[in-house]
Amino acid sequence: MNTEPVSLPPSSSKIVVKSRGLWGNAWRRLRRNYASLFSLILLAIIVLLCLLAPYLSPYEFDDVDYDNFSSPPSFENSHYFGTERNGRDLFVRTLYGGRVSLSVGLVATLVSLIIGVLWGAIAGFVGGRLDNLMMRFVDILYAMPFMFFIIMLTVAFGRDILLIYVAIGAITWLDMARIVRGQAISLRRKEFVEAAVAGGVSTFNIIRRHIIPNLLGPVAIYCTLTIPSVILVESFVSFLGLGVQEPNTSWGLLISEGVQTMDSSWWALVFPSLFLMATLFCFNFIGDGLRDALDPKDR
Amino acid sequence: MFYFTLKRLFWAVPTLLLIITIAFFLMRIAPGGPFSKERPVAPEILANINKVYHLDESLPEQYLRYLGNILQGDLGPSYKYKDFTVNELIGLGFPVSAKIGGIAILLALLIGVSLGILAALRQNTPTDYTVMTVAMFGITIPTFVTAPFMTLVFGVLLTWLPIGWDDDNWTSLIMPIIALSLPQIAIIARLMRGSMIEVLRSNYVRTARAKGLSERLAILRHSLKPAMVPVLSYIGPAVAGIITGSIIIEQTFNIPGIGRHFVQGALNRDYPMVMGVTILYGALIVFFNLVVDIIYGFLDPKVRYD
Repeated sequence: MNTEPVSLPPSSSKIVVKSRGLWGNAWRRLRRNYASLFSLILLAIIVLLCLLAPYLSPYEFDDVDYDNFSSPPSFENSHYFGTERNGRDLFVRTLYGGRVSLSVGLVATLVSLIIGVLWGAIAGFVGGRLDNLMMRFVDILYAMPFMFFIIMLTVAFGRDILLIYVAIGAITWLDMARIVRGQAISLRRKEFVEAAVAGGVSTFNIIRRHIIPNLLGPVAIYCTLTIPSVILVESFVSFLGLGVQEPNTSWGLLISEGVQTMDSSWWALVFPSLFLMATLFCFNFIGDGLRDALDPKDR
Repeated sequence: MFYFTLKRLFWAVPTLLLIITIAFFLMRIAPGGPFSKERPVAPEILANINKVYHLDESLPEQYLRYLGNILQGDLGPSYKYKDFTVNELIGLGFPVSAKIGGIAILLALLIGVSLGILAALRQNTPTDYTVMTVAMFGITIPTFVTAPFMTLVFGVLLTWLPIGWDDDNWTSLIMPIIALSLPQIAIIARLMRGSMIEVLRSNYVRTARAKGLSERLAILRHSLKPAMVPVLSYIGPAVAGIITGSIIIEQTFNIPGIGRHFVQGALNRDYPMVMGVTILYGALIVFFNLVVDIIYGFLDPKVRYD
């Protein structure tokens, strides 16, 4: 038994305890998750490299170096990743491909976010027959062979990058809609929402103060997990030669070109693959970390 | 139970109809016809060609004709291989695709479930961490990266396995099947681990152990079956995943299956071929989902009253 008098710090009455909100707590937990933190840093480096691509190499992404066809990586001639069979610099092309892949990831995820959140929120909050109808529609779409439809879309409308963005976004919203609907249904019945209604808070303020902050967590988690799957779809389509067109490039297209020359020049396959895999890993780890951080009871 | 099955069957109809409709209209929007790639032909001949392919009819008429033909199992003529119908081409390619896909899915179930159980029984041990790390790799690394790398390592550098496809040599099956099943192995292992851990913590397993059953019996008799349920319901998506993956695999390994036909059809604007493969694969996915749904309904009575 400790009988010593507890000595309080002299100015204890002045200590203001700053409360941490949901996001502050989540950030603290995320920082302690080394896999996620490392992924965050690595991803930042990849994004930065892609953004700064024009300043990092003396070559343009479509410059042909007539002295170096399929030359191995070398620092002497500034072809850090070597050149491909047409003499174009692979370092710059990999980073430019990253720009396409990453922007597809962002734009398509944004499209899926908008459709999915609206669809799920309406179904969840209105409920009843409309909810049933809307979710049946989602169920039916779920059974569609999507990769086939995307490929058909590129056949029908030409190989336009913008189209690929929208098409991929338009098919990845299904999971988002289900998640948001589930959240909406459980939120609608929560006591604090009831209390707010009883207290006379306006609908707009209920949505702003109670609904949106509570939806944000699952949506943020799902977004970080949608981005890599979208990048994967784009790479898949480009790999088959049905996506991004020359001289533009993406990681999928670079990998498929690398495959064709892999027995003579391994670098053309290895570097784009490494970038793609690193990016996918980063997003997946960040997503997992975010889930643990925002929903600790799930661990 | 009969009502439940009937309801599920009923929902497969609009799904199939939607697949056919989307496929049909997307391919009608697409530019070019059966002969537009070759040298221009005289208008009279073009009119004749259009008549043969029924392209002179109005769009609704064409759509209804296509639907009617599909009901009779006829997917129309191929625009690219003019001596063949789509049915004949699919008939040639499907056995190959089905063999590879079928083996891949069985392999994925077998290895995935075993690894999942292993990881769950040794939760938070190095075994568990190893399995889960490998699974993370399997999920993240796409098939179009693993397949070339496998070819590079085992085919080109080590020359253990043949590169590409050889009908008479079964060793040429090994790489495609492994590349195809890897992501599914990873997903199934994660699923199985999760559900197994949950079941092992459940009250009835605790009771089984408390009444003095051996660990072996507690696992084999009481845990395994309920833990398999989520894996079972994943078979539908797994089939879809294998089918999608097979497009890449058949393209990379030069396998004459229908996934390859599909890609070649898309590149050559062979619209009936593209439609035919999409509809066939769509129907397969719907079918597997249906079967799994119904089995699921038998296993888990709660589902039926949704």
